[in-house]
Amino acid sequence: MHQLAQRIQDTFPVGFLSSTEWRGDISVTVTREKVHEVAQFLHDDPGMDFDYIVHVSSVDWPDDEERFEVVWEFYAIRKRQRIRLKTRVPESDCIVDSLTDIWKGADFMEREVYDMMGIRFRNHPDLRRILMPDDYTEGYPLRKDFPLRGKGWRDTFDFLDEVPR
Amino acid sequence: MGLIQLGRPDKDGSPDVITTTVEKAVNWARKGSLWPMTFGLACCAIEMIAAVSSRYDMDRYGAGVFRASPRQSDLMIVAGTVCRRMAPVIRKIYDQMPEPKYVIAMGSCATSGNIYDSYSVVQGVDRFVPVDIYVPGCPPTPEALFDGILKLQERIMQKRVFVTQPDQVKPIVKV
Repeated sequence: MHQLAQRIQDTFPVGFLSSTEWRGDISVTVTREKVHEVAQFLHDDPGMDFDYIVHVSSVDWPDDEERFEVVWEFYAIRKRQRIRLKTRVPESDCIVDSLTDIWKGADFMEREVYDMMGIRFRNHPDLRRILMPDDYTEGYPLRKDFPLRGKGWRDTFDFLDEVPR
Repeated sequence: MGLIQLGRPDKDGSPDVITTTVEKAVNWARKGSLWPMTFGLACCAIEMIAAVSSRYDMDRYGAGVFRASPRQSDLMIVAGTVCRRMAPVIRKIYDQMPEPKYVIAMGSCATSGNIYDSYSVVQGVDRFVPVDIYVPGCPPTPEALFDGILKLQERIMQKRVFVTQPDQVKPIVKV
């Protein structure tokens, strides 16, 4: 196990679930309850020093019991090292702690995850849709059970009285 | 159109008077002075930019001055993938353009949605604005766009000017 993952496991023996390393990419999976604590540790600890949030994304595993996976990627500019933090979220209780209080840059990326996958973020300052319009009602387009062609929104032009010939 | 020679019979063959209809003269003036509006949405815009630049020079057809405002233009070249969220904007801009106005759907995306058969992409810009000319290609070369411009000019020459046109589109935006 990589020493960074080992330190996380030593510091959070309860929340730590697993870690993988593949071609220098370190991934650590933690429980949903510990995400914020682990992130705070990654940001504040001088040995970690992850001061830059690269990306927030999400994965839909429709066959799994805990269906969604939220993925954060961090980078330490001074130490030049990366780490990926993952957690699983069930469909029935689709919420995870927001990290906007640690990295302000997480704001828009968490909104995108909410917009596309429907995962809500606790304590997010402004959790609205970001790519789709605010009044979009068809659901969350990147979920695996969302039809590829949508549910008719792309063909309805409510700003027209009649369709031109 | 006709050419009439005046003067002495032994003059050289060059005509002195051109006869035509006012309609044709107006159409000729219109087709030679198209004012396109910049509406680049995706990669087709790069080809559109190349078409007006020095190597291809769309100004040769009188259509080289791109305006940033719809109120100063009469040709909308929709170049690129049209997302549903952009559709009301395109329609509003089209309605702001003064008559007579023309629309060119440039590229496969603006024509039919291309491969983007997804929840967010409109399957052709003709679903909400009337299109005069479709230019195929992904993206079309500047030559293909020129062909579209020339076809549009042919089309303009056939328009009636002083009678109400059956295909004239009235603004159909909800209040």
